[in-house]
Order: sequence, then C-alpha cells, then structure tokens
Amino acid sequence: MDNALQVKDLCAWFGEHQVLKNITMDIRRNSVTSVMGPSGCGKSTFIRCLNRMHDLTPGFRVSGEVFFDGRNIYTDRIDPVLLRRKVGMVFQQPNPFPRMSVFENVAVGLKFNGKKRSRSEMADVVEKSLRMAALWDELSDHLDRPGTSLSGGQQQRLCIARALAVEPEILLMDEPCSALDPTSSARIEDLIEDLSDKYTIVVVTHNMQQAGRISDSVAFFLLGELIEMDTAAKIFTNPADKRTEEYITGRFG
Amino acid sequence: MHAIAFRRRAADRATKVLFALCAFAVVLPLFLILFDLLWKGARELKWTLVTDLPHPVGEPGGGIANGILGTLTIAGLAMAGGIPLGVMSGIYLAEYGRGKFASAVRFSVDMLAGVPSIILGIFGYVLWVLPMKRFSAWAAASALAMIFIPTVVRTTEEMLKTVPVSVREGALALGIERWKTTLFITVRTASAGILTGILLAMARIIGETAPLLFTALGNQFWQTGLDQPIAAIPLQVFNYAISPYDDWHDKAWAGALVLIGMVLVISTAARYIARVKK
Ligand SMILES: Nc1ncnc2c1ncn2[C@@H]1O[C@H](COP(=O)(O)OP(=O)(O)OP(=O)(O)O)[C@@H](O)[C@H]1O
Ligand SMILES: [Mg+2]
Repeated sequence: MDNALQVKDLCAWFGEHQVLKNITMDIRRNSVTSVMGPSGCGKSTFIRCLNRMHDLTPGFRVSGEVFFDGRNIYTDRIDPVLLRRKVGMVFQQPNPFPRMSVFENVAVGLKFNGKKRSRSEMADVVEKSLRMAALWDELSDHLDRPGTSLSGGQQQRLCIARALAVEPEILLMDEPCSALDPTSSARIEDLIEDLSDKYTIVVVTHNMQQAGRISDSVAFFLLGELIEMDTAAKIFTNPADKRTEEYITGRFG
Repeated sequence: MHAIAFRRRAADRATKVLFALCAFAVVLPLFLILFDLLWKGARELKWTLVTDLPHPVGEPGGGIANGILGTLTIAGLAMAGGIPLGVMSGIYLAEYGRGKFASAVRFSVDMLAGVPSIILGIFGYVLWVLPMKRFSAWAAASALAMIFIPTVVRTTEEMLKTVPVSVREGALALGIERWKTTLFITVRTASAGILTGILLAMARIIGETAPLLFTALGNQFWQTGLDQPIAAIPLQVFNYAISPYDDWHDKAWAGALVLIGMVLVISTAARYIARVKK
C-alpha cells in the first residue's frame, strides 16, 4: 500500500511528562484519517509531530520515527521549513493574519517561499485556492477585505485556502470545526471530502458522526497511546478494543 | 429593607463621585498649563515666531525658527539611530529572549529608562563634547537617544508579546522561515503598537531640556553643521525664561506654547494610530 506517512514508535515528552507512547501507524496517500480520543490524550501533540510544529516548544522531546517520502523527518537532515510546505496545517481556532487582506492571507505562503512570481500568477493561485476552499463565490469581490473581518466559518476556510496555496501533499487539521456552527462545519466537511482525492488529510475531531462520514480510517487515542486504528465502519460498529467501545458509546471521555 | 437599599446606593454614589474627583484633579493641571500658556504666550504668537531668528534684547519681534529646526534635527538624529536599535532589540527580547543574556538586557534597559536625564546629558558631554572640544547636535542626539531607546525597546517587546502565538504558528505552518515570520508577519501584526510607542517616545524627547544644556548648548543663529552647537526650543524657552527682560519672558511663553503644541500633535497622532489601525 502507498503510504504518505509512516509513524514508528513515536514517543513525545513535555519536560518529564510523557504525552505520546509508542505510536505506530501508517497513513495512506489520498485518504482521510480521523484522530479521536478524550481531551488531553495527545491528539494535537501527535499531529503537530507530523510537521515538526513543536520544534520551538521549550522542553519538548520526541523519539521514534516519522517517515515522509521515505525519509525520517526527525533525523535525515530534513529542513522543517521545507517539510511544512509539504505538510500543511489548519488549526482549531481560525488564525488569519491580522492586518492582511483576504488576498494577502492566501498569497502569503507563496510570497515568502523564495520563488519569484508575477502578480497575475499570484492572483491565479489565490483564485484556485479560494475555489478549492469553497470561498471564491462568496469573496471574489471582497479580496481586499481584512481577513479578520470574515465570519468564523469563512475565516477557517480562508485558513484552509491559505494552506492549500502552497500546494502541500498532506493537510493536518486540528479540530477545524470545533469553533464553528453546524452549517459552517458541514461546509468544511464537504470540503474535506472534495480535497481527499488529491490530498492526504489527517483530521482531529471530537464529532463521531463527522468522523464516520468523512474518514477512510479512524485512530483512537487514549492517554497517549494508540488503542486501535481501523476503517470508520469497523471502529464505530465493531471495535476490537473494549476501551474504544466505551468511548464511542459515551461511557467515558 | 428600604433604608438599607438607600444607604447602599448612597455609598455607591459617594465612591463614584470620589473617584471622579480624583480623576478630575489629575487632568486639571494639564488644562491649567494649556490655559496659562495660551493666555501668556498668545501675545508673541505671531507668524514670525516660527519663521524668524531670535532678535537681540530690546529689539521687538524675532522668533525661534532656528530652535524649531534644531529640535527637529536633534530629535531626527536620535530617532534615526534609536528606531532601528530600539525596535531590533525589542524584537530580540520578544522573539528570542529566553536566556540569561536577555534578562540582563531587559534589566539594563529598565535601569537606563530610570536614569535622570541630566545624567545622560553629562554622559553626552563626557562622551562627545570633551573629546571633540565643542558642543554639537551629535552630542545632543546621543543623549536624547538614550532616553528614546529604552522606551522603544520595551514597547516593541510588549507589543510583540500581544501578538497571539497562533499567528506565529500559522506562518510557520506555511513553511515560512522563522526570521521572515518574525519580520514580516509578527512585527507587521504589531506595527501599529510599535509606531505608537515610537511616537510617544518622540514626544517625550522633544521636550527634554536638561540633557541639551550640556550637549547642544544653544545657538542664536541657524545651525551650520551637526558638529556645531545647535539651538533647540526647550533651551530657548529656558534662556528666555531666566532672563530679566519682559519681552523675552513673553517669548518664553510663546516658545513653550509651540513646544506643547508639537507634543500634543504627536501624542494625538499616536493615539489615533493605536485606535484606528488595531
Ligand atoms: N506546550 C505544552 N507544554 C506542556 N504540556 C503540554 C503542552 N501542550 C500539551 N501539553 C500536555 O500534553 C497532553 C496532551 O495534550 P494535547 O493538546 O495533545 O491533547 P488533545 O488530545 O489535543 O486534547 P484536546 O482534545 O483537549 O485538544 C496534555 O496533558 C497537555 O497538558
Ligand atoms: Mg487538541
């Protein structure tokens, strides 16, 4: 099987506190993988390990391996900056750049990545990215509005467009819908389904219905351990582990 | 029941009035100063005040044009050096300053901010005037820069710290290098606040007098070079005010009026930027 990411024995610590314990998982190319589990079990920590977002956190430490394109991102002289261009991220709280217009927000990743682009090339990328994020129809006439003046749902889609503009291969999303109303969250869900043809998506979610609808596979975390990972159908109807069953039936967590 | 409610409301009202009175007492001096300046400075507040050189005693008319130019020159020099140094040190403290060196810098900057300005004037005198054997704009500017820089360093740092971590993470997650994230995303996000800090520091140094006594010295004529004694409004106000002549006293008031006008304009601009560009 063709894997976009292979995680082997990944452990992570904040200071003395071990947050991830021997996580091993394969993430298939062009699939949607949901990461679920009770609050504090290490979901965010885990996906932030996949694009080395913890690099600047004081006291943070990892062991184990994460393979991307056949190379271990933690040892094989990988430049985290280049890695993050291939492995994009959307955060729980929409975080458009303040004091930048919609256009600038989407263009900013390209603007600073070295290659010179003409104004019209830039405009093309912005349009394409906003279209993919299902935002073009609403905003094509308002590209000079401040990004922070949009509604929460629009801001989150703007952040998705911003991430797509640098043409990553993998998109990591940390509870992208948790700050949104049901309509906005349904739109993001549609978006994830559309994007899954071309992108590998790893999404943290607390919403089981959502995970059931969008994911090819679901990973269940508990207290820093990967309890099990399987197809959504299997996890939600017939989980192998009793703890997974207890969680999805709402008996704890 | 009623009585208690009444008493409570009366107490509420009384405390509120007390606080309001205190607040009024705080702003009262400003209005007294402005009113007094307008009253006494108005007589000399003519167009020639800002276009003419000072006239000798007894000769009517004359202005403080050279002082205005001198003040702008000295402040401009202090800022030309102080803005890059101050802003970059502030960036260092906010974005990279976790270690012992940064704590030491922070502590020293706060110390420097607390040094009485006359001592900075003497320092400028020892550093520039003695070796060069003359008073100069350079000496004055470096003394003022030492007042300017600490304020800029600390406001830059404070303003950058108000930029949420999520903004930095958002930029890093796009594969933008850290230094570009800092310079083009984080600093830009805080730019209104940083600019406000710069303007307030500018308003502060424009009125400083003591450091200039030992460095700029003053000059009755147009400045001839940055390595020469130079006029400044606060110095002119000071000299006119301690003179025994009535018409010079009037000019002191008018000069003070110009000075406070400049400070008000700059402070208002700073407030405007802080409010509008947020
Ligand atoms: N920067 C940090 N410094 C120290 N400890 C941290 C840090 N970030 C997270 N932790 C700890 O790591 C553990 C896992 O946190 P994490 O954010 O990964 O949980 P999560 O599964 O994403 O939870 P949630 O569903 O609430 O978002 C928690 O115990 C948390 O306290
Ligand atoms: Mg989380």
